[in-house]
Amino acid sequence: MRHILPGLLVGLLFGAGLALSGMIDAARVLGFLDVAGAWDPTLALVLGGALIPSALSYALIRRMKRPVMAEEFCIPQNRAVETRLLAGAALFGAGWGLVGLCPGPAIAGLVLGKWQTWLFVAAMIAGMWLQRLFADRRDHRSLQFAG
Amino acid sequence: MTFAAALPAVAGGLLIGSAAGLLLLLSGRIAGVSGMAARALGIADKGPPWLQAVGFVLGLQGGALIVALAAGAPAVTITSSVPVLVAAGLLVGFGTRLGNGCTSGHGVCGLARLSPRSLTATATFMSAGVATVFMVRHLLGAG
Repeated sequence: MRHILPGLLVGLLFGAGLALSGMIDAARVLGFLDVAGAWDPTLALVLGGALIPSALSYALIRRMKRPVMAEEFCIPQNRAVETRLLAGAALFGAGWGLVGLCPGPAIAGLVLGKWQTWLFVAAMIAGMWLQRLFADRRDHRSLQFAG
Repeated sequence: MTFAAALPAVAGGLLIGSAAGLLLLLSGRIAGVSGMAARALGIADKGPPWLQAVGFVLGLQGGALIVALAAGAPAVTITSSVPVLVAAGLLVGFGTRLGNGCTSGHGVCGLARLSPRSLTATATFMSAGVATVFMVRHLLGAG
């Protein structure tokens, strides 16, 4: 229960925030990315609003020895900017700009019953699997070389 | 943009950021949707406890449903064709896993802690998104 309850509660707040902010609407996200057209600043306001409590929480945990319901903080410590990060972000951005959906709004939007959202999420899951498949094969090859 | 139009955007953003902050305080983890989804589906071996990821993904949909029931279903306009939806989904799924995050993990969480990786990733996916929309709408004249 100490795992599923915070997950569920945080998911509920996150999903409600996405729906309230208008970011579930792909058209408004595309409007934000369309800087040469009728630019829609909504996404900037949502992200700006989200950064305030998020940054506050990072300030707050400096005074905490451990999280309330877990043994330790698991925050990524990797600071290296590699090709993999840039390539991944570029591919993600291209897909984001094609339809206007990123993982959060796509998954939250499933309940609104549009078939386009379901198709997008199915393809997104397939894309995640494909990446895993490539990563596993690459690891396997490098192990063979090492052996 | 009017004040009345800006209000739900800022309020929604505050809710999203509070959700991310709450997960950090309670469980010590990053609220990244792509990582949570991959973990819940068994695609990622590392990451949050499986039950937490499942709870998060279900909660994400529950939260949207509550707002839809309380305030009416939010407008969703998706005009993309089937091949474009499939291509975009594949790119988003593959790219977020390769780049270790999406708008939430790198954007909401990474920017807030000034992570150099997340700053770079966010600048990259925003630029790629802007470039894609520019090509599709202004060079190809579609959408």
